[in-house]
Amino acid sequence: MITFDNVQKQYPDGTVAVDGLSLEVPTGTLTVLVGPSGCGKTTSLRMINRMVDPTAGRVLVNGEDVRSQDPQTLRRGIGYVIQHAGLFPHRTVVDNVATVPRLMGASRKQARATAMEVLHRVGLGDELARRYPAQLSGGQQQRVGVARALAADPPILLMDEPFSAVDPVVRKELQQELLRLQSVLAKTIVLVTHDIDEAITLGDRVAVLRPGGVLAQYATPEELLGDPADDFVAGFLGVDRGVRLLSFFSTAGLPLHTDRITSTGDMPIRDGDGRWMLVVDDGKRPVGWRDPHASDSSGTLVPAGRGFVPGKDTLRAALDAAVLSPCGFAVAVDEDGRALGVVSSEEVAAVVRREHRERTDSPVRKQL
Amino acid sequence: MSLRIPGYLGTFWELLSDHLVMALGASFLGLVVALPLGLVCVRWPRSYPPVLAISSVLYSIPSLAFFVLLIAFTGISRTTVILPLAVYALAGLIPNVVDGLRGIPDSVRQSAIAMGFSGPRRLLTVDLPIALPAVIAGLRVAVVANISMVSVGALIGMGAFGSLFTASVQLDRLDLALVGIAVIVVMALVADAVLVLVQWLVTPWLHRSAGAAR
Repeated sequence: MITFDNVQKQYPDGTVAVDGLSLEVPTGTLTVLVGPSGCGKTTSLRMINRMVDPTAGRVLVNGEDVRSQDPQTLRRGIGYVIQHAGLFPHRTVVDNVATVPRLMGASRKQARATAMEVLHRVGLGDELARRYPAQLSGGQQQRVGVARALAADPPILLMDEPFSAVDPVVRKELQQELLRLQSVLAKTIVLVTHDIDEAITLGDRVAVLRPGGVLAQYATPEELLGDPADDFVAGFLGVDRGVRLLSFFSTAGLPLHTDRITSTGDMPIRDGDGRWMLVVDDGKRPVGWRDPHASDSSGTLVPAGRGFVPGKDTLRAALDAAVLSPCGFAVAVDEDGRALGVVSSEEVAAVVRREHRERTDSPVRKQL
Repeated sequence: MSLRIPGYLGTFWELLSDHLVMALGASFLGLVVALPLGLVCVRWPRSYPPVLAISSVLYSIPSLAFFVLLIAFTGISRTTVILPLAVYALAGLIPNVVDGLRGIPDSVRQSAIAMGFSGPRRLLTVDLPIALPAVIAGLRVAVVANISMVSVGALIGMGAFGSLFTASVQLDRLDLALVGIAVIVVMALVADAVLVLVQWLVTPWLHRSAGAAR
């Protein structure tokens, strides 16, 4: 567990970077520090491995003040991933990853063997190990950066804007990769970002900091979206936080209708009494929507688009599918893509209202 | 016309070894002084302008004047030639050392600190290797300049191949001057080529960038 106990950082010129920060990062969880530039998030992160020392207050790791520990020893036990990866350009990938084991006294051979294992774990093969960082793509460099931080198997991982220098597609990939690794490794991770979406995606808990280094709210992503502490947090979450909150709602309770499904095999095709009908093939896979108002009754079909898997996809995916559908119906499919039924956007909205009501009534919910 | 070097100047090989010892010695000495000075200038940026100014002022002192002043302390010796040339080398080497160290990406420096490197170990295994190409570039200029400048030492009797130029005037033998020029140019080219090769060998990461991934 990492504890910030009323921590303050004031620079000699009077600038206050962090002001009265108190929060706890439980062992084995991923906490995100998020906020606009100048909110002291990186400064706070660097207090954990003593790259910055607070001017007041204490930072504790497992109950022990980090200032009682030798900085170099402390740092070797804490993984660190930085923006742009910060790989050593003059060392091969495998030797980059072997850095901390070498610092901790492992032989070159032993350190390289460890490095190869870790490289495999983050999905990098042998053929990349002998390359130099300049020979890798940005995404690969960042993966190597994560591998390097994990090489000595530290219980704590600090990540400072780890994915902000790569393109959005690769960023999504790396985020999913981190979640996968974390589900296996269960490190205590503190990650800094200015990207609230990244914070919501990755964080078990999210600490929103405001300029001047004051903690605005520390909560789970769901609480944050559903119940922002103040206008600053609400503004930082953006205009679509309601829609994003739906990512935390299940689609398991949605009513599915099968009366709007017709098969290409049905002869004659059920005309649906002037209603939109979903046409499926012999394998029950959606082919498209038949427009009841189309002049051509033999029917060209409107593509059905992406469906959702009830119980697996979130309510956000279901609503999205309904909104994109030409007739306001989302298509529910099973894992193999077979149509299970359809659900209207009104019915999705009804479930949203019901979920909200249940959450508001729930005694678990934090009272303000 | 004979190309024989007058016996009182020494043999070709004696001149060659003299010349190289003075030129390379001065360059090496300059490097040994420039490295810590460059580190100081990077660590305390305010010291850089004065250090640069002093090295420029020293560079402006004519070499002959420098030699004559030094004779009082070091006599007619190789040292009297080496010291001024080492000082001249500083003017080129210090900025290269500083640029090389400043060229280290901040993310690299920060991650080295965050991984728990001690100061000296970081300097030797991270900072200096990354700064190496810039340092060697400075050293190439210094070595070539010094190989040429050693010949001025002939005016105090310590010029190695430079003594061929004074002898050329005294004996009215143009061929000696031409031989001197040719030997010095070849020496400079060979020394430069050796340094290029050394740089290539010690910086494999700079020429293995082909075949980058996706």
